[in-house]
Amino acid sequence: MGLELLVASAIGILTAAGMYLVLRLRTFPVIMGISLLTYAVNVFLFASGRLSVSAPPILTDATVYADPLPQALVLTAIVISFGMTAVVVMIALGAYLGGDDDRVNDPIADNDASAEGRP
Amino acid sequence: MSLFLVVALPFLGALLPGLMVNAGRQACAGVTFTVTLAAFIGLLTNLPSVLAGEVVTAGVNWLPVVGLNFNLMLDALGFFFALLILGIGLLIITYARFYLAREDNMGEFFTYLLLFQGAMVGIVLSDNILLLLIFWELTSLSSFLLIGYWKHLPEGRQGARMALTVTGMGGLALIGGMLILGNIAGSYDLSVILQNREIIQESPLYLPALILILLGCFTKSAQFPFHFWLPHAMAAPTPVSAYLHSATMVKAGIFLMARLWPVLSGTPEWFVIVTTAGLITMVLGAVIALFKHDLKALLAFSTVSHLGLITMLLGTGTAFGALAAVFHILNHATFKAALFMSAGIIDHETHTRDIRRLGGLRHLMPITFVIATLAALSMAGIPFLNGFLSKEMMLEEAYDTVLYGPTWLVPALAVIGSLFSAAYCFRLIGHTFLGPVRDDYPAKPHDPGAGLWLPPALLVTLVVVIGVAPFLVQNFVFLVTDAVLGDTAKLETKYIKIWHGLVPALYMSIAAVVGGLIALALFNPLLRLWDATPRPEAKPMFEAVIAGVVKLARGVIHPLHDGSFSRYAAIAGVAITAAGYHAWITGTVGPATRAAQPAGPVEIAGWLMLVAATAGLVFLHRNRLMSLILIGIVGLMVSVGFVFFSAPDLAMTQITVEVVTIILLLLALNFLPNRTPVESTVLRRMRDGAIAAAAGLATFAMAYHFLLRDAVTAPISEFHLANSYKGGGGTNVVNVILVDFRGFDTFGEIIVLGIAALLIFALTETLLNGPVRARLLNRKPDQPRAGDMHPMMMVVLTRVIMPVVLLIGFYIFLRGHNEPGGGFISGLVVSIAVVMQYMASGFSWTSARLRYPYHGIIGAGVLIAGLTGIGSWFVGKPFLTSDFTYVRIPPFQEFELATAALFDLGVFLAVVGAVMLSLESFSRLARRAHVKDSEHAMDIDPSRDPADPANPKLEGV
Repeated sequence: MGLELLVASAIGILTAAGMYLVLRLRTFPVIMGISLLTYAVNVFLFASGRLSVSAPPILTDATVYADPLPQALVLTAIVISFGMTAVVVMIALGAYLGGDDDRVNDPIADNDASAEGRP
Repeated sequence: MSLFLVVALPFLGALLPGLMVNAGRQACAGVTFTVTLAAFIGLLTNLPSVLAGEVVTAGVNWLPVVGLNFNLMLDALGFFFALLILGIGLLIITYARFYLAREDNMGEFFTYLLLFQGAMVGIVLSDNILLLLIFWELTSLSSFLLIGYWKHLPEGRQGARMALTVTGMGGLALIGGMLILGNIAGSYDLSVILQNREIIQESPLYLPALILILLGCFTKSAQFPFHFWLPHAMAAPTPVSAYLHSATMVKAGIFLMARLWPVLSGTPEWFVIVTTAGLITMVLGAVIALFKHDLKALLAFSTVSHLGLITMLLGTGTAFGALAAVFHILNHATFKAALFMSAGIIDHETHTRDIRRLGGLRHLMPITFVIATLAALSMAGIPFLNGFLSKEMMLEEAYDTVLYGPTWLVPALAVIGSLFSAAYCFRLIGHTFLGPVRDDYPAKPHDPGAGLWLPPALLVTLVVVIGVAPFLVQNFVFLVTDAVLGDTAKLETKYIKIWHGLVPALYMSIAAVVGGLIALALFNPLLRLWDATPRPEAKPMFEAVIAGVVKLARGVIHPLHDGSFSRYAAIAGVAITAAGYHAWITGTVGPATRAAQPAGPVEIAGWLMLVAATAGLVFLHRNRLMSLILIGIVGLMVSVGFVFFSAPDLAMTQITVEVVTIILLLLALNFLPNRTPVESTVLRRMRDGAIAAAAGLATFAMAYHFLLRDAVTAPISEFHLANSYKGGGGTNVVNVILVDFRGFDTFGEIIVLGIAALLIFALTETLLNGPVRARLLNRKPDQPRAGDMHPMMMVVLTRVIMPVVLLIGFYIFLRGHNEPGGGFISGLVVSIAVVMQYMASGFSWTSARLRYPYHGIIGAGVLIAGLTGIGSWFVGKPFLTSDFTYVRIPPFQEFELATAALFDLGVFLAVVGAVMLSLESFSRLARRAHVKDSEHAMDIDPSRDPADPANPKLEGV
């Protein structure tokens, strides 16, 4: 079993789990799902630099280095995803506190009524 | 003055009225006037070149890739229109200063007016048709704001919406037409397009382009069947009507027809469409105008009629027709603006615009009477006033025009139009000013102050001067006409004469005036006939169409867009997977070029932990606290993975972000329910599982595929590795990329992070100030709370550890350029240290010791990063160019000083500020929820004390 298979399958499993949770009906599992998808995407982007063991992109006398560019991109992506998670959590929290309901979907029955009432 | 400045001045000036509004109405109007005057003078400085027949140009390439360049050109036609726009603009601004009531927001009004003015000047000076389209849309938008300026009036809002809808739809058609035109000519520059008459007219796309462009022109210039919006736009304040509907907005369509006249006119299609639309509009507008009782509605339909007249003249496609059109544009602008302003004066002084309630005003308002009468007589086509001259030309042109066969058709229609035109002009004078003085005016009429009557008086002076001495303007009019014609036709006329001899046009003119007088004499029976005739009303029809379209849109959108997030997510997931699958089966798959690296038992163990935690998360997600723990394991394993795969910076970032994320989610979970109930059916869960499995399989396949193959083209990372030390002065390539090579990216990202934090803060504020506040205050915690809120061990430990963590953060920051670390990571580390203080010692205790607000820290970070970038401008380098040097201060070792470190400091501050502001906002919610919060860090929670009568709420816990 190769490292590539491990990483690729980890990405796949994270994506599948994230996707499944995103399709749940309450905000909290959806946020968990988005977080899992974030991991999957970050690892995926990181892996686009291919996998290297013991070759960090710190300049030394070595000749082989891991690809630094995906690392730099993923680094900011990790920090930004924290910001985005925080915003989504805040929105979910506001919706729950405001409406005492943490469902992600609009109730179907009064769909037309709410559309009429919109300004 | 540069053309750029002429166009830009109104736009720049639009910022001023809003600022000056508090300085008083005089200052507000004064600054608007000054700005317009500056643009006007700037335009006039170009007059010598224009008179010499030169075309003044100015241009910069904006988006040359799509042919969109900021090219301006000023020829006689553009100059003529710009003169009207800015000149009448000056009069309108003066008039509006005195017209607007004290409760009207003058700053808002003049801002819109200047925006509109700038857009109009932009249209007439554009050399690039794409640029022209942008200005065209801007006039639609700014006129919408102007028409709807009196927001409290429903008619104003409806009129504005109708105008925007009609002109906006026309604008869309125009975009299509112009793009086709540009494609045929091979350039979007007017100067090039105008040289390509043959190519354009022979192209099979000529007719679609023509129809689309004419749709744009007709909607804007209120030609039949799109004329109905203009009268409804009369709900605007009168200065707006006088400006938009006499000289500017509605002339934009006419301008465009004149501008494109050399390439579009002269074909049978042009002749039939434009002349017919113009004729119908002219007659229809004149007839309706006669029977309108509202002064402004009468003027509105008369405008429609006169626009039809000009359109008809342009449609004939002859040089003389163009001459008459240009001359009438000038004349119409002068008398119609004066008439609108007079109507505004009457409305202002008598508080009514209903002709039936007026009459006899000549004794009470002599100045207004003279102004309005001269203007109206000019419109009726009475000799020695300018309207007569161009109307004679129109009749002469109509006499020579043959449409659909019969030679009498066009002349007859022209006479009918002129007849009704004369009739409503006479009615305007007769029923408003003549007759006996009444005693039932809604207000006591009297002449207004000079501020209101001077602007129309100036225009009427022009009306008389041009009417008596047309030779004063004839050369200019010929010049403008030549600019319209281009090289396609030659103007034969040498003079504009008052007396032509006993030509057919004179008889037609006499017939129209006499007929007009007779029509006025028979007005009452005619009105009864008119009232008895059924006719379609435009507004209900328009509203029915809009309602139908809205219904259709709802019918299409609602089934798709039903507010179900899960559904959108499912559709997106399936669609992305399907697109990937499609790419996969249609692409070519090369052989594997990389050997798989063997995995040892430790790696497999790590993988197993990750998979187990993920699977556990899916199956145990209903227990929310458990899912937090599990996602923490996932994050930890991802961090370990980063360490293993040579990404130490990533690992450090991931693990610190993990800590703050979990704290954040815990804070949120404090309020949310602890469990997720079972709601979806088994079938639904199977469906979701299938979608998820497909998505996972697809990502797995793609990742596995490219992990075993080298990149198709060489990665650019070689450059970064080679230049990191040489150019950036750092050995940690990832950090050098962040702060140097791709510093601009990072700069953008810390701004995004800051905005996200501010958004969270704003949402918290909204929640705390809204109805949620009461709920938070009354909320009872659903879990028993710890006895000691601030455990002594933890308080002591976090305080001892604080300086150590700060030291570590500082160390990580400093070494970042050469070793794993840097601003992002040290920012997160320091944030964790501060968060620990909050957790251990409490919110109040920590806040009291907080010296700088987090907003300020975010701002300082972004500012430092930005200023570092700007600093490189002073040495003549592009934004964010970094520099570094090595210094040695004994007794330390030699070390490096880099500007990139300063940038990294900005990153550090922004990260600390953003993370802390987010977490602080969340905990502020929590703080409101609890009743007591002690100043002292190591207290026993007072609410736990059952003996305290102030806190009975946890009894029985």
